Amino acid sequence: MNELLLVVTIAGERVALPAAAVESVVELDTLIPVPRAAPHVAGLSALRSRVLTVIDCKRSLELGESDRSDGIREAAVVDFDGHHYALIVDLVEDVVEALSDATPVRAAMGAGWERVCGGMVDTETGPLLLVDVAALIAGTAEAKAA
Amino acid sequence: MDDLIADFVAECREMLEALGGEIVAWESEPDDRARLDSIFRFVHTVKGNCGFFDFPRLESLSHAAEDALADVRAGRRHPDGQLVSAVLAIIDRIAEMVAAIEAGEEMPGGDDSALIHALAPGADGPAAPAVATAAEGHARPASAPRTIRLSVELLDRVMSTVSDMVLARNELARRLRESPTDVSVDGAFERLSAIIADMRDAITRTRMQRIENLFVGLPRMVRDLSAELGKQVLVDIEGGDVELDREMIEMIRDPLTHIIRNAVDHGIEKPADRLKAGKREIGILAVSARQSGNQILIDIHDDGRGIDGKKLVVKALDVGLLEKDDAAKLSHREQLALIFEAGLSTAKAVTSISGRGVGMDVVRSNVERIGGIVEVDSRVGEGTRMTLRVPLTLTIIPALTVSIDGQHFAIPRSAIEEIVRANGESVTLEHLGGAGVATIRGRRVPEVSLAKILGIETAIDPRDRTLIVLRPAGGDVYALSVDRIHDHEELVVKPAAPAVMATGLYAGTTLADDGSPILLFDPAGLAQVGGVKLEAQERSTRIAEGPAAVVSKATAVLLFRALDGSRRAVRLAVVDRIEEAPVSAVRQAAGQVRVQLGEAILPLAGATGAELGEGKVRLFRLNDGVHEIGYAFAEVIDFAAIDNDVIHADRPGEISGVSLIGGEPAELVDAHWLFANHVGAAARTSEQLVCRLPSDDPWMQNMLRPIVEAAGYRVVGDEHESNADLVIAAQGSEVPVDASNKTIWLRTEPEAAGKKDESIYRYDRAGLLMALKTANAGRGN
Repeated sequence: MNELLLVVTIAGERVALPAAAVESVVELDTLIPVPRAAPHVAGLSALRSRVLTVIDCKRSLELGESDRSDGIREAAVVDFDGHHYALIVDLVEDVVEALSDATPVRAAMGAGWERVCGGMVDTETGPLLLVDVAALIAGTAEAKAA
Repeated sequence: MDDLIADFVAECREMLEALGGEIVAWESEPDDRARLDSIFRFVHTVKGNCGFFDFPRLESLSHAAEDALADVRAGRRHPDGQLVSAVLAIIDRIAEMVAAIEAGEEMPGGDDSALIHALAPGADGPAAPAVATAAEGHARPASAPRTIRLSVELLDRVMSTVSDMVLARNELARRLRESPTDVSVDGAFERLSAIIADMRDAITRTRMQRIENLFVGLPRMVRDLSAELGKQVLVDIEGGDVELDREMIEMIRDPLTHIIRNAVDHGIEKPADRLKAGKREIGILAVSARQSGNQILIDIHDDGRGIDGKKLVVKALDVGLLEKDDAAKLSHREQLALIFEAGLSTAKAVTSISGRGVGMDVVRSNVERIGGIVEVDSRVGEGTRMTLRVPLTLTIIPALTVSIDGQHFAIPRSAIEEIVRANGESVTLEHLGGAGVATIRGRRVPEVSLAKILGIETAIDPRDRTLIVLRPAGGDVYALSVDRIHDHEELVVKPAAPAVMATGLYAGTTLADDGSPILLFDPAGLAQVGGVKLEAQERSTRIAEGPAAVVSKATAVLLFRALDGSRRAVRLAVVDRIEEAPVSAVRQAAGQVRVQLGEAILPLAGATGAELGEGKVRLFRLNDGVHEIGYAFAEVIDFAAIDNDVIHADRPGEISGVSLIGGEPAELVDAHWLFANHVGAAARTSEQLVCRLPSDDPWMQNMLRPIVEAAGYRVVGDEHESNADLVIAAQGSEVPVDASNKTIWLRTEPEAAGKKDESIYRYDRAGLLMALKTANAGRGN
């Protein structure tokens, strides 16, 4: 049985998240900023009685800030290390089946992508970058230091 | 179906267990109605349930027993020994069958008709031996308690669902408020609310665990440690049944372990040393837990060598933690508190067990992280007591919500000392080199702006903000300025994600009533990020500010309008009660205005120079414990507290000073003067001794002055020219020494600095009075 992947767009790039890690896809409306937190922490939101820590994937990849002017963002909710995170993405596309195991990407990528890269997987729509959710949540090296 | 059967079995077993004693008692006393009733209830329940399940044998047995017992209850039949045996035999058989059902076995064989037949009046006794063996065989399962194991995740899910429910209820409550609703809807909603509240309580309790779980490993740990160190330690554990949130238990495991390791390693001496010191060879380590309000106190007490505060100070000076000037001012407790400083360890050598200089500071920060406090008290040679105070639960914290630029935050209420307005009368805000200093009723505390810490712009003028005086766990005061304060709320707090915690500002997250997330601040973290120099600041100011802090404790007063129309206040403590007397009861007698109240005649104050008019006069009955006087007034305005500075009157008199109460000045009635003049007038000497008190010291003026005056002195300020018979000064202050008079030095700490220290602890009333008296006597000679 092949792994299921959630295909999302981050910073204009189609990438895959392991579907098993994703609990749900939600539209965030309220976003409470967390002053002094690392820049990729966009804020907090609530999903039912759970507090979601909202991660701006674009910021985490050091590719600029997601446009939140329309107030509503699509986000993938993941449960990592006992905490719930909402990963803001540009667009949630579809769930597809992985046709191969993840293989290392040998081409040079941007620094941000390099950091969150969990390998490359083949799908029906071509190869996709598999994103390491933990690395995405951890953010940049400076964020970790802070 | 299986679940229902399991429930039935569990219920039967529970009842059988409860009946165990009843049956025996009923056998000896068949007339006991209460026991009969409980046995009847049992067979009745069994019968009822059997009809639902397909257990015909159980049903017929219980039915027969019920019939027989019903006859007894109705008085149609007398319970004789034969009937009792027959019923007991049936109950035993039921127990057998229930056990078989539970085990999923075949029903025990045998014919029940003999048992049923035995119930009939005049029948022969049943085959008792057979029953006895059957009962023995199944004694074991009947004693198992009725508990189930649940996964913690499931409990957490239930907890979270209940939280959801509370939120949904709050939402509904808001909607109901907005639209006019039927009374019946409101009633139903109220009931729902109450049920949800109950449920929340119950589910919170399921998260509780006995602290025993934490204590159970201690004896073994201490045993191993003491064996390794060649010591003998006896562990005495108490209060294991105190319940604590299971998360909290995990959080205090490490700090507790560390403290105990320290106690065994550094505290308790080797047996030979103990004998030398005149103690028993075996050291005692007492660990106890108890609940106090919504806190749990865990005491770890050893009877070892104790902590030498002075050594700690020397050490702290060595490593540069402390300035020499500050060191001299430390109180005993503060000296001991140095043990929690990073990089300080009194151990002579680093051992494998503790004493690497990273210990107590970690303990303190761990305890504070969960909103707790760790305190230390120790006497050299006698032992050390460490006290951990931790909140009962991590999850529900009383908090104050505040806002800055429209965003809400919560502050744990336990850290809040007081809340003042930045533009209040008793508050001044100054900026020194960009740093804020707030002076609140004479006490200087560093002020940090929340907006600045958070990097948020706010449109609110600093003057219009509110200052929250915070004392984070550990005891370092600072003032936090916020835009606005909102509500006191009980918040269900959850740990925040690591990325949020990394800021060091927050203790967790929570959800507001409207379902939006709120961040809960960590007061110690705020101070740290805000750049408040906590430890150093606190140490240097706590001593100097001691007196002010005492005064600033608000005094409850009764605000009233005097007969002459002036606004006055009298300390609530001296007012016994309010009375009403006819004006005719007030008369001039024996050189004073007096009032007759029932049997008593009291001197009346407050009525001088005022027309009493007709009818009735209202008066306070003031009591100093021995004498009573009346104080006439026009009307009571309010209860209030003096929280502003008191401007003292120049001369002693009926009015001791003026203070702003409720935004308007009010005269403070000097009860001491009243009593002195109205009651003790005769006792006064014509020539009063003069005592000089520093006039700029509020403690002296407010607290000490009445005592000195009561001792018969006339009090003058230090600007007073004339010779004083007695000078009272704070230890360390500069007072011109005059050979002709006597000086009493007061110190702020209970312990004397040394043998030569002749100063008196300022709350040592007996010592003070004695000194005042001796000074007085010296003059008399």
